[in-house]
Amino acid sequence: MSLSDDQIRRIARLARIAIGAEEAAEVRDRLNQVLGLIDQLQAVDTAGIEPMSHALEVVQPLRPDAVTESDQRARFQSGAPAVEGGLYLVPKVLE
Amino acid sequence: MLDSSLSELQAALAAKKVSSVELTRLFLDRSRALNGALNAYVTLDEETSLAQARKADERRAKGEAGSPLAGIPVAHKDIFCTRELRTTCGSKMLEHYTSPYDAHVIEQFARAGAVLLGKTNMDEFAMGSSSETSHFGAVRNPWDRRLVAGGSSGGSAAAVAARMAPAATGTDTGGSIRQPAALTGVCGLKPTYGLVSRYGMIAFASSLDQGGPLGKSAADLALLLKVMAGHDARDSTSVDRPKEDYTRELNTPLRGLRIGLPAEYFGEGVEPGVLKCVREAIACFESQGARTLPVELPNTALAVPVYYVIAPAEASSNLSRFDGVRYGHRAKDYADLTDMYCRTRAEGFGAEVKRRILIGTYVLSHGYYDAYYLKAQKVRRLIARDFAEAYQRCDVIMGPTSPTTAFPLGAKTDDPVQMYLNDIFTIPAPLAGLPGLSIPCGFDAKGLPVGLQIMGNFFAESKMLGAAHQYQRATDWHRRVPKESPL
Repeated sequence: MSLSDDQIRRIARLARIAIGAEEAAEVRDRLNQVLGLIDQLQAVDTAGIEPMSHALEVVQPLRPDAVTESDQRARFQSGAPAVEGGLYLVPKVLE
Repeated sequence: MLDSSLSELQAALAAKKVSSVELTRLFLDRSRALNGALNAYVTLDEETSLAQARKADERRAKGEAGSPLAGIPVAHKDIFCTRELRTTCGSKMLEHYTSPYDAHVIEQFARAGAVLLGKTNMDEFAMGSSSETSHFGAVRNPWDRRLVAGGSSGGSAAAVAARMAPAATGTDTGGSIRQPAALTGVCGLKPTYGLVSRYGMIAFASSLDQGGPLGKSAADLALLLKVMAGHDARDSTSVDRPKEDYTRELNTPLRGLRIGLPAEYFGEGVEPGVLKCVREAIACFESQGARTLPVELPNTALAVPVYYVIAPAEASSNLSRFDGVRYGHRAKDYADLTDMYCRTRAEGFGAEVKRRILIGTYVLSHGYYDAYYLKAQKVRRLIARDFAEAYQRCDVIMGPTSPTTAFPLGAKTDDPVQMYLNDIFTIPAPLAGLPGLSIPCGFDAKGLPVGLQIMGNFFAESKMLGAAHQYQRATDWHRRVPKESPL
């Protein structure tokens, strides 16, 4: 199947990526090339096959629920685009 | 010195024929001189590297230098987080990012006393097969600067090939260590999934990503892997098993080694020059007593489509962290929070990364998850089963690393699918979690290096490196250096 411009807009919105009007056609064409490739999978008979989500099927290890890190907030925030009083600043979300 | 093995460098350091500062300066000077032409490094920082080298020399003077890598400079792919140098992952998103912590791999090299030589160029977020998608420009192939170096670890491969570094690290998700190693005439190993900690290695596709070494010989890779491998509780998929000595089978004769040859790796689409070199290499193994037998990997052709569902799906999730809030690029102009996210990501990511995020978002979205993502996971199991059956009958599987030698810059950038198909022989092993190795095995008619791929069963790295070393004792392909970057 191939994606319409409307579908591309919806996916881009879900992915939080702005796509300009001038690049929309190219993005659509390239994505449809890739979909053409992955559509080959539809012809494979996978009846009764369990999905494989990971290379090594091991149980996730558990660790004690203990504090192991020290407070490094200032250091972690030193690379942030906008911080104030130890908080990350984002555009206003409530009027 | 530029062409010496890691053991030779260690012997020279131990005999005080050279200091770590002198060695580091040698490689820094050469890297600076060649980087304008090859673009192998994103970041070189003389001060940081020389300070580490001075410390290595001080430790040696006090008799504390024990590790085989002590005092030896090593270049790291710019996907490994480093506190001392910025970590860009080849992206505008992280152009000015410095990590507050070191990756486990970086810690391990520091513990071994190695010197951080610089951060190497790569496809943006490791998404690519040519190192052309980097925000910092394409890496060029030292054998012919009009050609790509392969990718995504193209900077590391080019640096080793041009002797700008004695050794380097890389990461491999669908071939990103082995394919650039093949295209630049060096050795590269993708270990078994879980052997090398992913802590501090910027995530692309978490069920596939694996760090590994690039170097001039199998013997060098064995020393490097010993440093890189090891359990790390901070990566929940890190395998807890005893430390191994990967040099232990280097001197094991090839007699009796069972080499599986999958017909699927020798068919149409493989360049004749590549086939010829690979067949000659296999004949060399046979002449030393190894035995070949046919094996079947019938789902090989499906590996690329499976990969281009699973890897983008995982990438779309992993890369959601780049939101312009906690680190990295943020757009200057925006209307509201959602618009800030959308513009930040539109500006910070390049075209290929966006494409993969969009594909990943689509295959995970409501109504398409079963048809694409779940379907791909089922076919992934079929591919893994093929390998499991094959390894019941053989010790290693051999074939070409890449169907072609290095191609011209720009040749495949307009057609993502053609670019993806270049990884047809390197994608299957990581889907199954298995290790793979690429070593040089000759040159095509254009004088470009060809890579032989040696794949093995889970944790068979020692055996694979041993087989490669025996081949390298009988041949000198791995000693050839590019004429364009004379020593």
